[in-house]
Amino acid sequence: MSANQAVRIGAEPSALARRLILGIIGAIFLIPVIAMIEFTFRNGLAGDYTTSHWTGLFSEDSARTYRGLYQAIENSLVLAAVTVGIVLVLLLPTMVLVHMQFPRLKRTLEFICIIPITVPAIVLVVGLAPVYSVVVQVLGGSTWTLAFAYGITVLPYAYRAIQSNLDAIPVKTLSEAASTLGAGWMTVLWKILLPNLRRGVLAASFISIAVVLGEFTIASLLNRRNLQTALLQVSQSDPWVAVIFALAALALAFVLLLIIGRLGAASPSRRKS
Amino acid sequence: MTATFTLTGPTPTTDGASAAPPTGATVQLSAVVKAFAGHTALNSIDLEVAPGELVALLGPSGCGKTTALRSISGLESIDSGRIVIDGVDVADTPTNKRDIGMVFQAYSLFPHMTVLENVEFGLKMRKVAAARRRERALETLDMVGLTKHSERFAHQLSGGQQQRVALARALVTRPRVLLLDEPLSALDAKVRVQLREEIRRLQTELGITTVFVTHDQEEALAVADRVAVMRDGRIEQIGTPEELYATPTNAFVADFVGLSNRMPAELIDGQVHLHGCTLNLLGDPMPDGPVLALVRPEDIALSTEGIAGTVISSSFLGSLRRTRVRLDDGTVVAIQHEVERHPLPGEAVTVRLKGAPVSALPAKAKN
Repeated sequence: MSANQAVRIGAEPSALARRLILGIIGAIFLIPVIAMIEFTFRNGLAGDYTTSHWTGLFSEDSARTYRGLYQAIENSLVLAAVTVGIVLVLLLPTMVLVHMQFPRLKRTLEFICIIPITVPAIVLVVGLAPVYSVVVQVLGGSTWTLAFAYGITVLPYAYRAIQSNLDAIPVKTLSEAASTLGAGWMTVLWKILLPNLRRGVLAASFISIAVVLGEFTIASLLNRRNLQTALLQVSQSDPWVAVIFALAALALAFVLLLIIGRLGAASPSRRKS
Repeated sequence: MTATFTLTGPTPTTDGASAAPPTGATVQLSAVVKAFAGHTALNSIDLEVAPGELVALLGPSGCGKTTALRSISGLESIDSGRIVIDGVDVADTPTNKRDIGMVFQAYSLFPHMTVLENVEFGLKMRKVAAARRRERALETLDMVGLTKHSERFAHQLSGGQQQRVALARALVTRPRVLLLDEPLSALDAKVRVQLREEIRRLQTELGITTVFVTHDQEEALAVADRVAVMRDGRIEQIGTPEELYATPTNAFVADFVGLSNRMPAELIDGQVHLHGCTLNLLGDPMPDGPVLALVRPEDIALSTEGIAGTVISSSFLGSLRRTRVRLDDGTVVAIQHEVERHPLPGEAVTVRLKGAPVSALPAKAKN
C-alpha cells in the first residue's frame, strides 16, 4: 500500500460529510420523538390538536386514575437506587481490588461482566425464575428485589464506564503514595481513588439508572410492576398518557447523559472555582 | 478529634539552614530475600544506613534496587530477612504505619487536590489541627520554592514542579526515613541537576535518613554520602563515591561506575601488562592469563610518544574534552584531556598510560 493510500484511508471525513452523518443520525433519533410529542397533542381521530392530555395529568381525577402508574414510577426509582447501590458497593470495590492487587483476574472479571449483554433477557428470566422463588421466600415479593436481576443486566455498562476511568488514572501509584503518607486502605479508597473515579462512577450510575428505567422484559415476565410494564398497561386505555410518560422517561435519561458529560468534562480547577 | 502532633524535624532557620543535629533513623536490612515468580529480586541483601545519611542504590535495570526500596517502604513484602528501622523490625508493619516519606518515579500528586492540599495530606492523616497543618505545609512549600503555586493543581505544574511538590509532601511530616525512587528520571537534564541539588540540600538541612534509587551513576555519585552498587539482587560494593571510583572491588563496579576503556592485556603475577606498562590490579586477585584491563579515560593521555593511533572523534564537554582514538592494534579508547588540545578526526596521535591501577575482566567475559 502506498503512503498516499494510507493517508487517504486514515483521513478524517470532511466537514460536510461530518454534518451529513450527524444530521442523518440526529433525524433517526429526533423523528420518533417529534412524532411522539405531536401525538400527545392530537385530539383523538378528529384531526385537530389539544393540550387536554397534558393538562389532564394534573387534575384530581387523573391522580386517582393513574395511581398505579405513579406507584410504578416510584418502584422504578427505588429499583434504580438499589441497582446503583449494588454497582457501587459490590462492583466498584471489586474492580479496584482486581486492578490493584489481582491484575491477572482482570480478563476473567471483564468476561463475567460482559456475559449479561450476550444473554437475551428472556433466557435470563428463565434462569432467574427459580432463583426468585427463593428470593421471594427470604425477602418477600416486593418489587425492589428485582434490583438483584438488574444488578446483573447493568454489569456490562457499569463495568465499561468504571474500567475506562480506572485505566486512565495511575491507581497503583496514587494509592501507594497515599499509603506512604499514612493512609489506610479505606482512606485511600474514599479520599484518593473515588474522587478520581468520579467520572466513571457517575457514568456507571447514570447508565444503570437509564437501563433500569427502560427495562420491561424481566419485570413483565417476573410479574413485577415498574414504569415500563405500567406504561404498557396504561397505553391500552389511554395511549396519550402512556406516550407522555414515555417522553418524560426519555427526557430524564437525556438529562442524566448531559450531567455525565458536564461532570466528566469539568477539570479539577474549574470544579474548584 | 484533633490530636496534637509533634514534628520531630529541626526547624530551618530563615536562611534555609538548620543548626539542629540529624534526626533520621537507622535503617538496617539483614539477609533480605525477595523473589517474584521464581526470579530472585533480592538475594540476601545486607545494608545499613546511618541516621541522616543519604545512601544511593545504583545499578542497571532489574538489579533489585527498586525492590529493595519498596521493601523498606512496606509496599513490597519480603520472603525472609529483617528490615529494622531504629531498632524495630518493621517487616510486618504496614506501609502507612512505618513513618516514611517517599517520592516516586511517576508523577504521583493527587490530581483532585491543590498543591497545598497534597502537601497537607500526610499531616491530615496524622490528625494535625487544620491551622497548624496549613502553616506547616506552607513552610515546607516555601522550602521547595513553590508557595506561590499552592492553589494550583498538578496538571498546571511542570514535571520538575510536580516532583518538588512530591518532595515537599514527603518531607512535611518529617519522616524517619525518606525514600526516593528514581524521582528525577522523568525530568530533563537541567531540571534533574537543579532538583538533585535541592534534594541534597533539604536532606542535609533536615537530617533525614535517605535512600535514593537511581540507575544514573553521575546522579548517585553527585548526591550520595555512600553508594551501593547492585547487580542481580546483590550489593556488589558499597562505599563513598570516591572509594567506588578509585578502588572498585570488582570489574562490574569499575565498569558501571564511571567510564572505562576495555583494553586487551596480560595478567602476570597479579600485575597487568598493557602496551609495555606494568599496572597494579585493583580488586580481587585473578588467575594469570589474558584479561581485559578497565582503564579510566583520565588515566590515558595524549602525548608526543607512546602508542600510535588515529583520532575517530573529539567531543567538547565544557571543562574538558573527550577524544576517541583507534589504536594500531584496533582497540578504541576514550581519552579525557584539556580543552585547549583539539585533535581532528583522522589525525595521527600517540597516547600513553599514566600508570594508575586498573581493574580487569577475564578476557572472554562480557561484563
